[in-house]
Amino acid sequence: MTSELNRMTIAEARDGLARREFSALELTRACLEQIKLVDPKINAFITVCAREALEQAAAADRRLAAGDAPALCGIPLAIKDIYATRGVRTTCASKMLENFVPPFDATVIARLREAGAVFIGKANMDEFAMGSSTENSAFGVTRNPHNVERVPGGSSGGSAAAVAADECLGALGTDTGGSIRLPAAFCGVAGIKPTYSRVSRYGVIAYASSLDQVGPFAKTVRDAAILLRTLAGHDPHDSTCSARPVPDYESALTGDVRGMRIGVPKEYFVAGMEPQVETAIRDALASYERLGAKLVEISLPHTEYAIAAYYIVATAEASANLARYDGIRYGLRVDADNTGELYNRTRAAGFGAEVKRRIMLGTFVLSAGYYDAYYLKGQKVRTLIRGDFDRAFERCDVIATPVAPTTAFKIGEKMADPLQMYLSDIFTISVNLAGLPGLSIPCGFDRDGLPIGLQLIGEPFAEETILRAGDAFERTGAVKRRAAIL
Amino acid sequence: MPDNAYEAIIGLEVHTHLMTRSKLFCGCSAGFGAGPNENVCPVCMGMPGVLPVLNRHAVELAIRTGLAAHCEIAPESIFARKSYFYPDLPKGYQISQYELPLCKGGYIELPAQSEGTEARRIRLTRIHMEEDAGKNIHESGASLVDFNRSGVPLVEIVSEPDIRSAEEAGAYLRELRSILRYIEASDGKMEEGGLRCDVNVSVRKRGASEFGVKTEIKNLNSFRFVEKAIEHEVARQIDILESGGRVAQETHLWDPVREMTRPMRSKEFANDYRYFPEPDLPPLRVTPDVVEAIKTSMPELPADQRARFVRDLGLTAYEAAVLTQDRDLAAYFETMLATGLKNHRTAANWVMTEVLRAINETARPLADAAPLAIESGELLKLVETGAISLNAAKTAFAAMCKSGKGADATVAELGLAQVSDESAIAAACDKVIAAEAAKVAEYRGGRDKLFGFFVGQVMKAMGGKGNPRVVNEILKRKLTA
Amino acid sequence: MINSIGPPGMRLSVMADSKISVEQVRHVARLARLELSAADEAALQANLSEILQYIDQLNRLDTSAVAPTAQVGEAGAPMREDVVANRPDPEAMLANAPARAGHLFKVPRIIE
Repeated sequence: MTSELNRMTIAEARDGLARREFSALELTRACLEQIKLVDPKINAFITVCAREALEQAAAADRRLAAGDAPALCGIPLAIKDIYATRGVRTTCASKMLENFVPPFDATVIARLREAGAVFIGKANMDEFAMGSSTENSAFGVTRNPHNVERVPGGSSGGSAAAVAADECLGALGTDTGGSIRLPAAFCGVAGIKPTYSRVSRYGVIAYASSLDQVGPFAKTVRDAAILLRTLAGHDPHDSTCSARPVPDYESALTGDVRGMRIGVPKEYFVAGMEPQVETAIRDALASYERLGAKLVEISLPHTEYAIAAYYIVATAEASANLARYDGIRYGLRVDADNTGELYNRTRAAGFGAEVKRRIMLGTFVLSAGYYDAYYLKGQKVRTLIRGDFDRAFERCDVIATPVAPTTAFKIGEKMADPLQMYLSDIFTISVNLAGLPGLSIPCGFDRDGLPIGLQLIGEPFAEETILRAGDAFERTGAVKRRAAIL
Repeated sequence: MPDNAYEAIIGLEVHTHLMTRSKLFCGCSAGFGAGPNENVCPVCMGMPGVLPVLNRHAVELAIRTGLAAHCEIAPESIFARKSYFYPDLPKGYQISQYELPLCKGGYIELPAQSEGTEARRIRLTRIHMEEDAGKNIHESGASLVDFNRSGVPLVEIVSEPDIRSAEEAGAYLRELRSILRYIEASDGKMEEGGLRCDVNVSVRKRGASEFGVKTEIKNLNSFRFVEKAIEHEVARQIDILESGGRVAQETHLWDPVREMTRPMRSKEFANDYRYFPEPDLPPLRVTPDVVEAIKTSMPELPADQRARFVRDLGLTAYEAAVLTQDRDLAAYFETMLATGLKNHRTAANWVMTEVLRAINETARPLADAAPLAIESGELLKLVETGAISLNAAKTAFAAMCKSGKGADATVAELGLAQVSDESAIAAACDKVIAAEAAKVAEYRGGRDKLFGFFVGQVMKAMGGKGNPRVVNEILKRKLTA
Repeated sequence: MINSIGPPGMRLSVMADSKISVEQVRHVARLARLELSAADEAALQANLSEILQYIDQLNRLDTSAVAPTAQVGEAGAPMREDVVANRPDPEAMLANAPARAGHLFKVPRIIE
């Protein structure tokens, strides 16, 4: 049955490997074969690391044989191409870094290596994580495995699609405004953005430093919990990374949500949402009530300002974060006879349209005469948005919302209209501004078979609570559907 | 000041390297002199995904600098990104402090600049921490970039416009360097880029209360250039005003070859740095007990030492100022006194003349140029006990500088000990009195001036080694007998 | 409210006035070191105007008494000890260099 190994969850594979029912090499080969089979249709990977993955799998088998298997020994994962991987090209889906080979590993990559994981490949994404559809990639668009005419969501679309298409068992993404949760929802997989500071950002190519956070994609909430345990924790190389101890997230998955107060923000259920999405969310909330949870209406009054605040803060930080791509030390260089021209041409040629747009916006909001009106204003509104959540969590333990107002939209549909694209993140973006953990799980399908995502938001460092809630819903078995492409 | 009707208003921004082993935000060596791009890593090269982590010792040295300058240490300060493009700036921004610096206020007290003048206080605006950039090496048609210096910790010390002349700017810089060296925050070596200076200059009619339009002069890396550039700029501005013109607010570069300033092209300073809080570094928190601990570990500062030298040792303000312009020089002086010298001012003047001369003549550091302080002290003690004359001590000192031998050995070797034995001196006096009977008669007849002649004759007879005090005493007794 | 943004797929109507002039676009592009074609400039002027127009809704909020939030992590910068931890490896650091001369990065003439 080795051809089916790639369909396993991490928990299943972990047990099977431990019992020596199959080898890590067989598991990795199954994933590589699946990639060969389906990736031409969905383009989830920028770089497939077959040779390295097979080496890692062989090493994992040796450790399994020696009875010395760490947490993720032999588990094939897709890595968003935003993580620095020593010796493996890391492009951030940009022409700018098309040939960049980092001489170092991101902290979470080092942790996964230590945990015995197998890196099957570098997943496609929106260039520099700027986008909601994975259409802004210098390496082509990634397609949704449920419907290849649709986007997978973004920016971590390659990671989500790879998991949904069984090209790997789990994946790493990053989430700055919804970049894990939206693709998880559009592709029908689980994805969690942990609390800001829970996971090290060292070696994660920065988009917006005060918002970026590392997180996993998985086929189940349990798998997401398993991955998060290895990812999370203090890193002396990241000054913003928390030193709090990391709980065993898996042991929090008791299935018991009795007495849990689930807040439902009234501002998230208004005209404009696709009725099928709303129905799926309402059904999920009803399931929670049946499981013994209590629904509480709450208010997040500044929700409508979140996107505006986000596009100030995120682009301002991005404008500085992307200044290092200047053609001097690494990356693309377009030659000129003086450095000024070299910068202008290199950056014009190396960045795609959306990246340029955000650099321009971010540069503008920080520029002399506009800082107070835009940047400072955005920071102040950020305070108001955090305050909304603080007050809401006085009345509930978890906040449940849709991940997005729609299911996966058509490829090309929003490319001509940046603002409409930005609005895809309306339900996810506040969570980043407030630094909270947010989990996205599938909660149903629309008539076209496209997945619908439920978002569960927790208080800072309450990953256990939202994972427990997500797992409890998953256990009801309400939603299971394989991607159409399979 | 070329024209007495005007006064200059000058403020300085001084950048200095902090003496840490590693860089401000990464574990690369901050040492000087490594091969190109040897002291670099992904962090100080600004590779994608890297993050800064603060060097605790750098923060402590910055706090020490703030305390030495009487600043208020901010319980919470913020790092910011200062954005501009330059090949030696790897991230496209410099991590600096902007709105909330580590140290606020404070002052530097300038010691007396000559005998009879008074100390002056130059107020500080702020002291903040930042990282250095790399280095561009210009070749014909191309530039080469070395990032060894990228990320080396700096403090920027910003003065209020309290300085009134080029000389005073020089005095401020010397005092600042002295303080930095006393507290071991910086070695203040300008030639290694360890101390760099930007100057803001304006002039106004004496007595006016409003400031004139200021220009900024960048790129000054020696004390002499700072003084020259200010002199040049003040004269230039006065010329403009005198001929009815208006000074343009602009940035000038100092051209050390032509010894003049020239305005930068507009593009060079049309900078909009777009400062904003560095999201990769949480606010820097400094608790009162940390400040207290640093305070108690502070060495005596130049100003305190000067005050003590005047109060306890009876030096003049100027003598104290000269000795404390360098920590090693002051320590040399104090070690000399530790041999038990009674005349402190003689010792002070010894350091100010003999020791400084040795340093200047050899152009070497104190430790190499002069004998051990303890030997200098022993040498002066021989003068105090009358074993040798002051002139003999100077001769011995010059020899000791070269040989490195001790005071006693040198005095013996050169036969410099003077004769204080009364019977030997009395015998010489008798001989002279006998030989110069006519002059003795004249002297006894009232020509007091001849006394010096007799002293000279006795000294001559003793080969110059007679103790002058004893010679005087015995000769006077015998002549008046 | 979400309905104030408009339902997905419904294009926001752009107001007549541009929020940003072509000169401003050029100035910002200079700061950001981006060479723009005339078409780029026009497109960016339109895009940025629309986005800035949208951002203007923040002015409905009185934030005069609100403190700004720059970061949402735990307060207090951690510090590392002053230890040299990196060994020289210029070859690794220059491996991605677009142009080099020995162990130095090579760039064209620097225009001051």
